[in-house]
Amino acid sequence: MAVGKVSKGRVDERNEGEQLSRLAQQTSDTPVLFIRPPRGRIPLELGELWAYRELLYFLTWRDVKVRYKQTLLGAAWAIIQPFFMMIVFTLFFGRLAGVPSDGIPYPVFTYCALLPWQLFAHALTESSNSLVANERLITKVYFPRLVVPIAAVFGGLIDFAVAFVVLLGMMAYYGMVPTLAVFTLPLFVLLAILTALGVGLWLSALNVKYRDVRYTILFLIQFWFFITPVVYSSSIVPARWRALYGLNPMAGVVEGFRWALLGKSEGPGALLAVSVGVVIVLLVGGLYYFRRMESTFADVV
Amino acid sequence: MSGSAIRCEGISKRYRIGERESYQALRDILANAMRAPFRRLNSASRRSTAASSAAAADNTFWALNDVSFEVKRGEVVGIIGRNGAGKSTLLKILSRITKPTAGEARIDGRVASLLEVGTGFHPELTGRENIYLNGAILGMKKVEIKARFDDIVAFAEIEKFVDTPVKRYSSGMYVRLAFAVAAHLEPEILLVDEVLAVGDASFQKKCLNKMQEVGKHGRTVFFVSHNMAAITRLCQRTILLDGGRVIADGLSSQVVGMYLRAGTGTVAAREWSENAPGNDIARLKAVRVRTEDGQITEEIDIRQPVGIEMEFEVLQPGHVLVPNYHFFNDEGVCAFISVEHDPTWHRRPRPTGSYVSTVWIPGNFLAEGSLIVGGALSTFDPGMVHFYEADAVAFQVVDSLEGNSARGDYAGNIPGVVRPLLDWTTRYTPTKEQAEIDAKERVS
Repeated sequence: MAVGKVSKGRVDERNEGEQLSRLAQQTSDTPVLFIRPPRGRIPLELGELWAYRELLYFLTWRDVKVRYKQTLLGAAWAIIQPFFMMIVFTLFFGRLAGVPSDGIPYPVFTYCALLPWQLFAHALTESSNSLVANERLITKVYFPRLVVPIAAVFGGLIDFAVAFVVLLGMMAYYGMVPTLAVFTLPLFVLLAILTALGVGLWLSALNVKYRDVRYTILFLIQFWFFITPVVYSSSIVPARWRALYGLNPMAGVVEGFRWALLGKSEGPGALLAVSVGVVIVLLVGGLYYFRRMESTFADVV
Repeated sequence: MSGSAIRCEGISKRYRIGERESYQALRDILANAMRAPFRRLNSASRRSTAASSAAAADNTFWALNDVSFEVKRGEVVGIIGRNGAGKSTLLKILSRITKPTAGEARIDGRVASLLEVGTGFHPELTGRENIYLNGAILGMKKVEIKARFDDIVAFAEIEKFVDTPVKRYSSGMYVRLAFAVAAHLEPEILLVDEVLAVGDASFQKKCLNKMQEVGKHGRTVFFVSHNMAAITRLCQRTILLDGGRVIADGLSSQVVGMYLRAGTGTVAAREWSENAPGNDIARLKAVRVRTEDGQITEEIDIRQPVGIEMEFEVLQPGHVLVPNYHFFNDEGVCAFISVEHDPTWHRRPRPTGSYVSTVWIPGNFLAEGSLIVGGALSTFDPGMVHFYEADAVAFQVVDSLEGNSARGDYAGNIPGVVRPLLDWTTRYTPTKEQAEIDAKERVS
């Protein structure tokens, strides 16, 4: 017994040494933390968000992984959904209704718009419901709450990438070669995500307090779909109103996609500028609103 | 390394009644807005500002009210109190989950809080995946998790199942894994809430040891629990909260005693009228400590027998019920468990009515010191606990130095959870010389 004690003592000593050095490291980079009642204007603290980027990554990774594990067809869903929608749209809008498609083969025309649309719709739904869905986390652990809706927004990117491969296949089939404008595509992907986040921040914070929001989202997305040029082209909007049409940021995103990939329609120009402006306003307002509501989340959710 | 780790000054938290747990639908907001003018009219007609402010006060309650204290670096502090005393709210404020309504707390050091084991665990993910996810949620960096991965798996004893989804784990494995991740956090300040209430006994012990280790490494631990035995064992200092206020702050053994004494004025008798522990089958009415001649006592001479009496009511007939007691010493060690074996009720369903069951612990059996008694009523087949009151009563065993207890004439400290006075036999064989001396003496 005495022998056991001695050897254990030695282990403890070593651990303690390690501990001390680690403590010293930690102390040097941990500022003193003050916990006070919320008062006045609340800063965004985006720096803290950056410090939690690994959590952001893990939460996104969890959402994607769980979604694929629980479904029978897994990643195939990412293709099936837009693909069948494209077929239906081509048949009814392209063939039967004869909706003009700026001289682009209708299937490519609509599929190219369905991609960012689905990314957006998914991101918006997920981020709006994210705080309620992660209730356990919010009431039990501290981290910047912004991580939750942001992580939810990124989850759709994998689906997007999968479905994008199909688009490339379709473009090859129709012998379409993208112009140099294709390099601007990531910017439009970003714009779609930021649009979803801008709206998602507002809705997720509201959803904590008013659960009606959950039912509103479905309706909102349906409504939004029809005011976005997915099945038709924004060129059917009279030219002098077109910039105003950019108040729907998704119009800017979709037209941006068509321009970057298919190159046929004119550059989005004024319409896009208006869209970007709207997104910035939505996003900044959303961030501040979210931060202001944040302190009540754990008490209300 | 010295100085304060946590300092709270006047921390208060007000909740609107109902706000804490329910969310609103827009419909409610609209309905309230409709009603508001009428309410204003009503209060105006009463022309009583005091009444309306009282109504406003009725709608809120203070979960914490002007709580101030300081925790030094390296201290292990326990927080106790009844349900609703504000323990969890305090922990939530210190871990930044919710904000105080007033006051300020200053925290000096890297904090990790453990309000629940396995926060963020996803049943579809494997053990390995959940370790990374949970680690990240608790604030560990990916490299830190990687470095401690093997230790975590070994501590949880789940080596073979690392790549199995945790939904296939037994509840024991699940809890072990969850605690293992948390146990490998290395913060300077650890805030822990009642997480040891789960898991099997041997794992609980392992966790307690791990936490004791944490305390020894100069880390500050802030530990909320209902388990008085664990509190006295782990913490030198304990803070007692009641109604959102600090009632006592001091040596654990004293504060725990005070808590147990609250209400009855003695730790030796507890009675329940409302909110009695129990279910539809049976309810606990009272637990008392008695001497041989029926006196309620907090202190018992080590040589005297002591009876623990449990009064309970059976509300539903037809169940085999077994009263039992769990005895813990002041280090939180379970000394023993005693299960009723009155032949009258052995395997016999009990009719409704009131029962008083008493166990007699003989004199000269227990070690001196305080004993905390948990009282329970169980059914073994099928296994079911109707109530378990962890810190029902407590009493003090006193060993006098009169020489006729098991301590004999030894006056020093004696370890051990029991101190029975046992029968000894001694065989003596004299040496040759001594035998001759004895023989001579006998002759003369």
